[in-house]
Amino acid sequence: MAEFYGTQVSSRLMLGTAQYPSPAILADAFRQSGAGIATVSVRREAGGDQAGADFWGLIKDLGVHVLPNTAGCHSAREAVTTAHMARELFDTDWIKLEVIGHTDTLQPDPFALVEAAKILCADGFKVFPYTTEDLILADRLLEAGCEVLMPWGAPIGSGLGLSNIYGLRTMRAQFPDVPMVVDAGLGLPSQAAAAMELGFDAVLLNTAVAKAGDPAAMARGFAQAVDAGRLAFEADPMEPRDMAAPSTPVIGKAFLT
Amino acid sequence: MKITVNGEPTEITCETLGAALDELGYGPAKVATALNEDFVPTALRATTKLAPGDRLEIVAPRQGG
Repeated sequence: MAEFYGTQVSSRLMLGTAQYPSPAILADAFRQSGAGIATVSVRREAGGDQAGADFWGLIKDLGVHVLPNTAGCHSAREAVTTAHMARELFDTDWIKLEVIGHTDTLQPDPFALVEAAKILCADGFKVFPYTTEDLILADRLLEAGCEVLMPWGAPIGSGLGLSNIYGLRTMRAQFPDVPMVVDAGLGLPSQAAAAMELGFDAVLLNTAVAKAGDPAAMARGFAQAVDAGRLAFEADPMEPRDMAAPSTPVIGKAFLT
Repeated sequence: MKITVNGEPTEITCETLGAALDELGYGPAKVATALNEDFVPTALRATTKLAPGDRLEIVAPRQGG
């Protein structure tokens, strides 16, 4: 079981709730994924509008833990205010902290991220920071009070997979006891399996499922890949080697010319 | 007085944030608020005074990744 801030979750797949063709398809995808954590956001609502209530009803019916995000925030102050609004709306102190520093890549602003993390951790939030594989930044986030790290696989929504496997492997090795989630950039189940094989505790994705032709089927595919990757990690994989090593015994082979 | 609500110039007649939500038709809706970029908890809405030019943000749960 994976554990985040003392909460155990049976599934190592975390799934976003955006961009599905319909609420019914969203719900079906969640059922097929087995995900125990759903990411959500806060957005402007007009007077008399029911969109917020309708969406909240749908999420409550899924029976999952809710992880609100600060998506789209570009400053620490904006992210902190958004986190407070999310805490009140969703009645949780969990927050997926995103502070974006670059519009085209949606790369986090490391300086504002640490600033916001310090403020929110001091205010009792349980912060899940969307970060890069940068080790120094990871250290600063842990110092700020974060007990989970969420390095990107690739830019959000890109579907490129693990664009810096060396960096992710190094990060996993550097912080062996910190729960870590590969967040963003995954496009295929094989990429999720690869992240799990590296020893990450979970993966978080949205677009790969929501924008698939059949989101429910893709959700099931990701669920199986995450399980397979985790099993492989726990099974202690063999070391790769450059030269062949016969698997069939050499001794005892019939001598034939 | 004229304030900005979710980016739109809006005329309101009341003086507090709590009354403004009623006037703007939010009723018992599940929303959270920020005034001039600072979070205002539900419990403080009734006593939070509004001033001309204030920027009010009103948000609700939405889909997110």
